[in-house]
Amino acid sequence: MMAQNEMNATLEKQMVPAEDNLVVVRNLKKYFPIKRGVLQRTVGHVQAVDNVSFTVKRGETLGLVGESGCGKSTTGKAILQLDRPTAGEVIIDGVDLVHLKGEKLRQMRRKMQIIFQDPFASLNPRMNVGQIVGEPLDVHGVARGKEKEERVKELLKVVGLNPQFVTRFPHEFSGGQRQRIGIARAIALNPSFVVCDEPIAALDVSIQAQVVNLLKDLQGKFGLTYLFIAHDLSMVRHISDRVAVMYLGRIVEIADWQAIYDDPRHPYSQALLSAIPIPDPVIEAKRKRIILEGDVPSAANPPKGCRFNTRCPVRQERCFIDDPQLREVMPGHWAACHFA
Amino acid sequence: MQQQPLLEVKNLKTRFKITGAYVHAVNGISYSLNEGDSLGVVGESGCGKSVGVMSVMRLIPQPPGEIYEGEVLYDGRDLLKLSSEEMRHIRGKEIAMIFQDPMTSLNPVMRIGRQITEALELHMGMDKKQARDRAAELLTMVGIPRAADRLEDYPHQFSGGMRQRVMIAMALSCMPQVLIADEPTTALDVTIQAQIVDLVKKLRDELGMAVIWITHDLGVVARLVKNVAVMYAGFIIERSPVEDLYVHPSHPYTLGLLGSLPRLDSHERERLISIQGAPPDLVDVPQGCPFRPRCPYAIERCVEENPPLLPVSITHESACWVDVTTGRPR
Repeated sequence: MMAQNEMNATLEKQMVPAEDNLVVVRNLKKYFPIKRGVLQRTVGHVQAVDNVSFTVKRGETLGLVGESGCGKSTTGKAILQLDRPTAGEVIIDGVDLVHLKGEKLRQMRRKMQIIFQDPFASLNPRMNVGQIVGEPLDVHGVARGKEKEERVKELLKVVGLNPQFVTRFPHEFSGGQRQRIGIARAIALNPSFVVCDEPIAALDVSIQAQVVNLLKDLQGKFGLTYLFIAHDLSMVRHISDRVAVMYLGRIVEIADWQAIYDDPRHPYSQALLSAIPIPDPVIEAKRKRIILEGDVPSAANPPKGCRFNTRCPVRQERCFIDDPQLREVMPGHWAACHFA
Repeated sequence: MQQQPLLEVKNLKTRFKITGAYVHAVNGISYSLNEGDSLGVVGESGCGKSVGVMSVMRLIPQPPGEIYEGEVLYDGRDLLKLSSEEMRHIRGKEIAMIFQDPMTSLNPVMRIGRQITEALELHMGMDKKQARDRAAELLTMVGIPRAADRLEDYPHQFSGGMRQRVMIAMALSCMPQVLIADEPTTALDVTIQAQIVDLVKKLRDELGMAVIWITHDLGVVARLVKNVAVMYAGFIIERSPVEDLYVHPSHPYTLGLLGSLPRLDSHERERLISIQGAPPDLVDVPQGCPFRPRCPYAIERCVEENPPLLPVSITHESACWVDVTTGRPR
């Protein structure tokens, strides 16, 4: 209980000044039940997201990185209430979304949008581009008829597509172009907050840069706030103002984009950084690398104490008993390790 | 000095006939590999990097595929002329391959042990007991703990990284001369990727086999291979020792690829240099240089003539009419 209070106290500190924060996430949990047997009784829970707290300032990009299964996408979906959180608070623009329902929640959805990973699966193949990009305008009754058409064409122009494409269907486009359609749809309602859930993971390298440049341009133009979720730490560093590293449902470190590379404090962040190849053989030859043993444990049965203790190269006895909380190791730099 | 290379690919061309039209996947690639060499083949999806090595292994389904020109000389023999029975003895034994997706490359209803011993009995003429012992040894070599016990397990009982280790153990089981790795780490997380890259590097040095590593990631090959070939639209467009490629990229496409990667060690955040447009449709490959429509350096000549690989230095070649350092024709 003590640890919990301490954490809330540190969190309050992290959140000052509050009015600058567009998004405040507090002790967010998302557990998925594991059901077995004929009666489908719940025999346990996958703790996909466990006690995650952070803030995103207005106009800022917060990068959320981690390996597959660490809970980064679930965090994004739980924030947007696409998957209802098990516990915790999600405050966007001063409104707590977790207990919001019906029309009130629908009104809030205008302010928050998502760009999905797979540009092939996230666009309805039976709808043409005009319908896809225009749908949010219909749903929220923002524009119709001629006005809607104009707005859709304008949106296509903004994301670098030919406005003449409105009558074409998704299969006529390449992956990069489809992702632009997804982006046009996401910004159609002038949202303030956009969750980018691995928006470039399915794209080729030369196309990734195009999409990232576009996201940056749009942020500058419309003052968007991004939660940028990805497994590619070099791209996350490139686009983010601050970076949060997740491991097994927890945030293990948050720092600004330079500090996360120059001075990573958590042993997992250190290993993750050292594992990412740098396209330069001379630098590669000199780099010291930390190769982690084994795999990520199951989130249904996370290790006692620190969740990283099965793979940590610097673990001590204490790490098997005490679960480390995020603490401020440097101004603005938080790490969840006893030895950070 | 002029020894015969272990594997030599000459002017290899592969196409697929799809709904009446030809997709030109590989358009005349050549490379050679000596014993203990390592070659990285880099390119984006659809550039022909996988089809290139699948053709070497004769794993292209025919039809619709067709290797319509070129030679693949291994140990003096042209693999393209062998009967399928003869080819079966090359595959796995002389040249082995590991694939991108360890989830689908293993048989889900066959025990891991049996999947490894199968090749040992077939190619190495071992009996059941010998093959089993050797399988356990191989799994230990690729870093699987309690290997002897795990022979009885099924693929679903292994994680992604562990399955890729099993694939590597299978590939190495007959001590091949050449190991072809087709994006073996793409489906894996970076910390697991680092484990696999290190493992292959270590095994290569210990066993002295030649390695062809296919990837879209210029970062991965930087610490793994000696030479790199960059592919675009079915052509090798640049070839060089690894150190030189990153310091003096000489093809506009390679320059663009390196520019579109943000670097983990950078302290400034300049706008990424993206390559405009998208790769060409391989059904009608444009006349002239295939990269011309996206190329900021393109000149008149690029419209008409497709540049062959031209020397930049003794060891470095680039298929471009323009010297990218000056922007003037070469």
